Amino acid sequence: MRVWYFSEMAYHPAWEEGLKRGSLRVVLPSANYDPEIGHELLNRYLDEFRLCDEVGLDIMVNEHHSTSTCLTISVPMALAVIARETKRARLLSLGTPIANRPDPVRVAEEMAWLDVLSGGRLEMGLVKGAPYEIAPANSNPATLMRRYWEAHDLILKAMSTTTGPFSWEGEFFHYRNVNIWPRPYQQPTPPVWMTGLSPETGRMAAERGHVVGTLLSLSAAGPMFEAYRKRAQELGWTAGADRFAYAGVVGVGTTREEGLRRANLAADYVRTSVVVAEPFTNPPGYNSLAANVAALKSGGKRGGFVRDRNGNPVDQRTATIEQLIESGTCFAGTPDDVYNQIKALHDNVGGFGNLLMFGQGGFLDHADTVANITLFAEEVLPRLRELSPSRVATQVAAAQ
Amino acid sequence: MTQTIQLGGIGLELVERGQGRPLLFLHAGEGLAAERPWLDLLSRHYRVIAPSHPGYGTSEPIDGGAGGVDDLAYLYLDLARELGVEDGVLVGADLGGWIAAEMMVRSTARFSSLVLVAPLGIKLRGRDERDIADIHAMTRAEYLRAAWADPAKGEVDYTALPDGELAAIVRGREAFALYGWKPYMHNPRLKRWLHRIDRPTLLLWGAEDGIVTPEYGEGWRREIPGARLDIIPAAGHFPHWEQPDDFVQRLSAFVDGRNA
Repeated sequence: MRVWYFSEMAYHPAWEEGLKRGSLRVVLPSANYDPEIGHELLNRYLDEFRLCDEVGLDIMVNEHHSTSTCLTISVPMALAVIARETKRARLLSLGTPIANRPDPVRVAEEMAWLDVLSGGRLEMGLVKGAPYEIAPANSNPATLMRRYWEAHDLILKAMSTTTGPFSWEGEFFHYRNVNIWPRPYQQPTPPVWMTGLSPETGRMAAERGHVVGTLLSLSAAGPMFEAYRKRAQELGWTAGADRFAYAGVVGVGTTREEGLRRANLAADYVRTSVVVAEPFTNPPGYNSLAANVAALKSGGKRGGFVRDRNGNPVDQRTATIEQLIESGTCFAGTPDDVYNQIKALHDNVGGFGNLLMFGQGGFLDHADTVANITLFAEEVLPRLRELSPSRVATQVAAAQ
Repeated sequence: MTQTIQLGGIGLELVERGQGRPLLFLHAGEGLAAERPWLDLLSRHYRVIAPSHPGYGTSEPIDGGAGGVDDLAYLYLDLARELGVEDGVLVGADLGGWIAAEMMVRSTARFSSLVLVAPLGIKLRGRDERDIADIHAMTRAEYLRAAWADPAKGEVDYTALPDGELAAIVRGREAFALYGWKPYMHNPRLKRWLHRIDRPTLLLWGAEDGIVTPEYGEGWRREIPGARLDIIPAAGHFPHWEQPDDFVQRLSAFVDGRNA
């Protein structure tokens, strides 16, 4: 198993104000952000990424916009710094919200450049983006997925075409001369990742042989991975564990109390990330017809994707660490506890070869974060490598 | 009666009621709501033709959702020809008003009068000033306060509606986003062509419209030669819904010079 350390680089000093106002995103004024503190935090978070390289973890970066939950507004900018400060770690962009980007060729250029800079260490997530990213980007949610697929196809074609300019006249994007320099270090493209919560995403990823990732929810991961495996089989190939990724919050300590304390602090990520002004949570067209009909029928009660053992939604905002362990959202305790919890989930969903480790969140301070990363790498990582040995990447028969 | 006709490669859901001069009613972004009283009131005087815009109701989207408001304008000009509309009355509310204006700058041949009810569709003020309230940034309660003189009248108990109706509502919301997300609810090029509307035009506006204010209506009046702006008291953004009798009375008086 590969373990990808990940931090949203939160600006937690503004969370109290955001909670008071009912939104940490989109509408929270930036007067609540202190540039001096932000400067310290950003540099601290980048130090923590560098440590991961030293202890044998891989690295993941994501981006959000207009929010106190995540200071990373550009994956390529963050990864450019991290690429120079690391030597071994693979670097996962998870990812670029390509349906919200006006210029997919620019995305292809930036990803190729990062791949060259890092000597082929880049893994490239092309993601749909969360619903509350629609407002900052002002992208039309009613055409989001059509735009996603057009951008996806164009990015991969731009990266893998080496024979000079091609033209593109699609529904959303128009170019007369696409011919990117540099081209990527890995041929024909870096590995491609997608993310989602539904079996449909699993099927779509399988049709292209991409890695598929999901997060924080045992109940979402199982059906999605199963749909992927089934679709791959139909297409004549077998999906190995390396095609699957699962993201969870990790808190490990030398004692159970210490691990739970760290996880509980990091889990504030889970509790705060859903606190968004209501109009931005479900832009029209973002969610499926069936999901929206169900939401209207329920009288607007919000049901998230984190579910307890019986399939009932867990309110993320108030969830206890115990609830979050049960739902597969957090792995917490001693190294044994954490390993056993990850193994149980791994076995439950039919295996996965990538753990995305939320190893820092908000109020987990630098000393605790360093201890969390170090102890995990020493005591848990070797056992996870045994649990899901690295193999040659699945040979993907699906046509790209 | 409700029917589905094939037009321009899509199935279009259409309500037809009444007899007399043809009146094409283009519904607001919220949907047709054919069970509400204004279509019946209009059908006492006119042959009312009221399509559900592509993507709304059971009407199919144009080209899988690639179509914009200009496509709707051409589609409804085709519809008017298909149904043999002559000397017609064109009425549009909100989104429907925008579509009606897009039709009339292209051709006024089949319509003798135009009634725009709190239309969206044009940009009047500066680049950092909103002409049209951002309904996608409002809670439901905030929206009702902006769109209604009496917000209670706009409340809908969604939990009591059958799945089919809920699905139509959801499709309609998605279609509304499709047509008006960016630029937000307007066509930056429309205003400069409004002078082409060479038919008597009545603008009806709710006095308490918080989505597009009566001042925005005044801007429309200035752009359409000879247009008249009537303000309907005790009404918000949907005067045909909130004050249907007053709405039909004013429309009919303007179009035919008679009392409803």
